[in-house]
Amino acid sequence: MERLEYQERDDTPLVILDAEKNEFLIAGKSLPEDTGAFFKPILNWLNQYATNPGEKTVFNFKLIYFNTATSKSIVDLLLVLENIHKNGNEVLVKWHYPDDDEDIQDSGEEFASIIEIPFEQVPYEYE
Amino acid sequence: MKKQKNDAGTLGFVYNFFTTMQDNDINLIYEGEITHQITKAFLTLTEASLEKSDDSNTVQKRVFHVMVECLQNITKHGDKIDESEIIDKKFSKGILLVGKCDDEYFVTTGNIIKNDKIDGLSVMLVHINSLNKEELRALYIKQLNEGKLSDKGGAGLGFIDIARKTGRKLDYEFHPINENYSFFVLKMKISRQKH
Repeated sequence: MERLEYQERDDTPLVILDAEKNEFLIAGKSLPEDTGAFFKPILNWLNQYATNPGEKTVFNFKLIYFNTATSKSIVDLLLVLENIHKNGNEVLVKWHYPDDDEDIQDSGEEFASIIEIPFEQVPYEYE
Repeated sequence: MKKQKNDAGTLGFVYNFFTTMQDNDINLIYEGEITHQITKAFLTLTEASLEKSDDSNTVQKRVFHVMVECLQNITKHGDKIDESEIIDKKFSKGILLVGKCDDEYFVTTGNIIKNDKIDGLSVMLVHINSLNKEELRALYIKQLNEGKLSDKGGAGLGFIDIARKTGRKLDYEFHPINENYSFFVLKMKISRQKH
């Protein structure tokens, strides 16, 4: 599968989806003008990946800011990951949050409560 | 001669405006069309100014967050008056004010709205204002789970999220302009103490 990579911009996050290297990351800020359009190719990529996933998929979210429309798109991505998990493959979501940002931490807990897949909260020091 | 008189009036207005802003702790004021590009520019400004403050990362992010949600609400849902219907040109634009006083930040927005949307918006705002912290969380999760992105790219989460991030009731007014349009003013306050 072809690697999907978007560089980080003022209003959109860094995205790396690489099945061969087993690297899955969405990081930075996400407040696109058209959130649905931004996430559509990402969701399409993940849906395609789901038809033939790796043995273990570790999906990293390392967002410092995201708008509510992005929250909705994150749920859509998590639901695909949940399906991969239900089909008997190992999946882990790592939710990285700045250790002094309780709102991002809370968001992680809310996402974890919606889906049924292993979900790990990972604090880090943010400068 | 008439022009000179206007200039003098403008100069006086600028001074009065400046002192009014200072007296009311207003740091940023914008009047004009609210677009995504303008939104991004405000965010860069706000981010730079917040970084200089002593407020916690969480409080800074909440101010940022509330600004994004309400500006994106306006860029997605704000109405534009048809040229033929313009009674007064000033109403074709929006306004944003951001300020800071000792214990809170405030973000105020104003934009035009069609009168036939007021009932729907009021029902939603009254409902959100009736909920406590836990109920807001439950509503947010429900909407996150069941809601769909609309064709305008909204998730129906914006006002719920603003209420959660501010920890206050949403303060708003509708000012009638004519039989078709009103001006919607929303004031949000963010405590500088974590809640």
